[in-house]
Amino acid sequence: MQRHLISAADLTRDDAVLILDTAEEMARVADRPIKKLPTLRGRTVVNLFFEDSTRTRISFEAAEKRLSADVINFTAKGSSVSKGESLKDTAQTLEAMGVDAVVIRHGASGAPYRLATSGWIDAAVINAGDGTHQHPTQALLDAFTMRRRLVGRDAGLGQDLAGRRITLVGDILHSRVARSNVDLLHTLGAEVTLVAPPTLVPVGVESWPCEVSYDLDSTLSKSDAVMLLRVQRERMNAAFFPTEREYSRRYGLDGDRMAKMPEHAIVMHPGPMVRGMEITAEVADSERCTAIEQVTNGVSIRMAVLYLLLGGNEPAVTHTRTEEK
Amino acid sequence: MDSEQDKQQYEADARPVLEAPDIARVLTRIAHEIVERAKGADDVVLLGIPTRGVFLAQRLAAKLEEITDRKIPVGSLDITMYRDDLRMHPPRALARTDIPGDGIDGRLVVLVDDVLFSGRTIRAALDALNDIGRPRAVQLAVLVDRGHRELPIRADYVGKNLPTSLRETVKVQLAEEDGRDTVLLGVKRTARPGEQ
Repeated sequence: MQRHLISAADLTRDDAVLILDTAEEMARVADRPIKKLPTLRGRTVVNLFFEDSTRTRISFEAAEKRLSADVINFTAKGSSVSKGESLKDTAQTLEAMGVDAVVIRHGASGAPYRLATSGWIDAAVINAGDGTHQHPTQALLDAFTMRRRLVGRDAGLGQDLAGRRITLVGDILHSRVARSNVDLLHTLGAEVTLVAPPTLVPVGVESWPCEVSYDLDSTLSKSDAVMLLRVQRERMNAAFFPTEREYSRRYGLDGDRMAKMPEHAIVMHPGPMVRGMEITAEVADSERCTAIEQVTNGVSIRMAVLYLLLGGNEPAVTHTRTEEK
Repeated sequence: MDSEQDKQQYEADARPVLEAPDIARVLTRIAHEIVERAKGADDVVLLGIPTRGVFLAQRLAAKLEEITDRKIPVGSLDITMYRDDLRMHPPRALARTDIPGDGIDGRLVVLVDDVLFSGRTIRAALDALNDIGRPRAVQLAVLVDRGHRELPIRADYVGKNLPTSLRETVKVQLAEEDGRDTVLLGVKRTARPGEQ
């Protein structure tokens, strides 16, 4: 594993499985009376959020605090960034404070990569979403949720998702979640199908390791998991589809459609859900919908990533145990 | 990891100090000592420290069950994230922590490990226990005590006291993990990972 986590595409199969296995152990900490580990005591992690995302930020914050790291939250709003300070200046300020890791969410694709490779800062960089590019911890928590539900908790240890068929439905064009998921699921051996209106499929999708379909109904019966993506109203600056109603009729998941899925298949949603449009309340509240589990799993996955990147004197590259009794 | 060749060479050079029948006998003795000291082992919970401590704990539990005719709860306690040398090595893959259903509150917890050396593993285990519950008492059972303590920690039950020099290595092999039961005393040639 590398020093930073910028893109799901950087992870090898072994790295990804190591993160999932570690997260499985981290999940057990949540069942304890004291949900805290001393692992990152004395380390400082900054959550550098240039874009609002309460959900992702509190998930990272919970993970950092459970590992006993010192947490600094930085939001662009009201900070010097709104007075015109550049990313470089912000980074150098953090470096001067001696931070060990930066969790960054930025509206511009590539900002975390720039931060990690420019030499402005020595800390580990974890991408918490950049523009329409990547959101690796989201992809990891999705894969973790799939492995738990489709392979099993304990049976899943050491396993990937080989042969599982995953369908991603919705706004692929603006979705970093879709991009990260396609990369990671492919690495883990799953077959991915993207389903979206033609206007919401990005240019160059042919080069992605997945299938593309415009017809949801024909893919449902052969899916082990169907992941709905949020239709990002804030990015709908052009007429990508005629009306919300039409979108809902063609690409929304309702009870009838869910009935076409195999019995074991699950419905996933990264949240926030737009009920009535992408997903009906019936589906969202059903046993098969994992949206709430995904939130819980998010904390375990982020704990695993922080442990593997920051827990030692260098990132995890080996399973070898060097120990003194 | 050691290469297969390295491993074979090490095993050829090393001297066995305990063989399978010795290990079985030693565990039987420890089981009897636990029953005697705990006055029947009513509230005993065995927690093995991965990897080999867990197998030893399971074997001890089986022996305790033979003696007392009762089921003895047994689990495993991974101490990786409580180690004080985490920042000196790359992070290790985590092993399983499995606490028996009834928990450890008010119970007599017997920690089980293969080799007692610096004592730092046991210190970490005591920290980990602290986060899981509040045992009535904690005791320690080890197959081999090789000395060289760096902390004021001692074992309550010792399979074999094995005075060693720091140049020597002690390697425990158990059938569940290594295919055979033996304790090997070897000489350290270079700093190699995985040696204790």
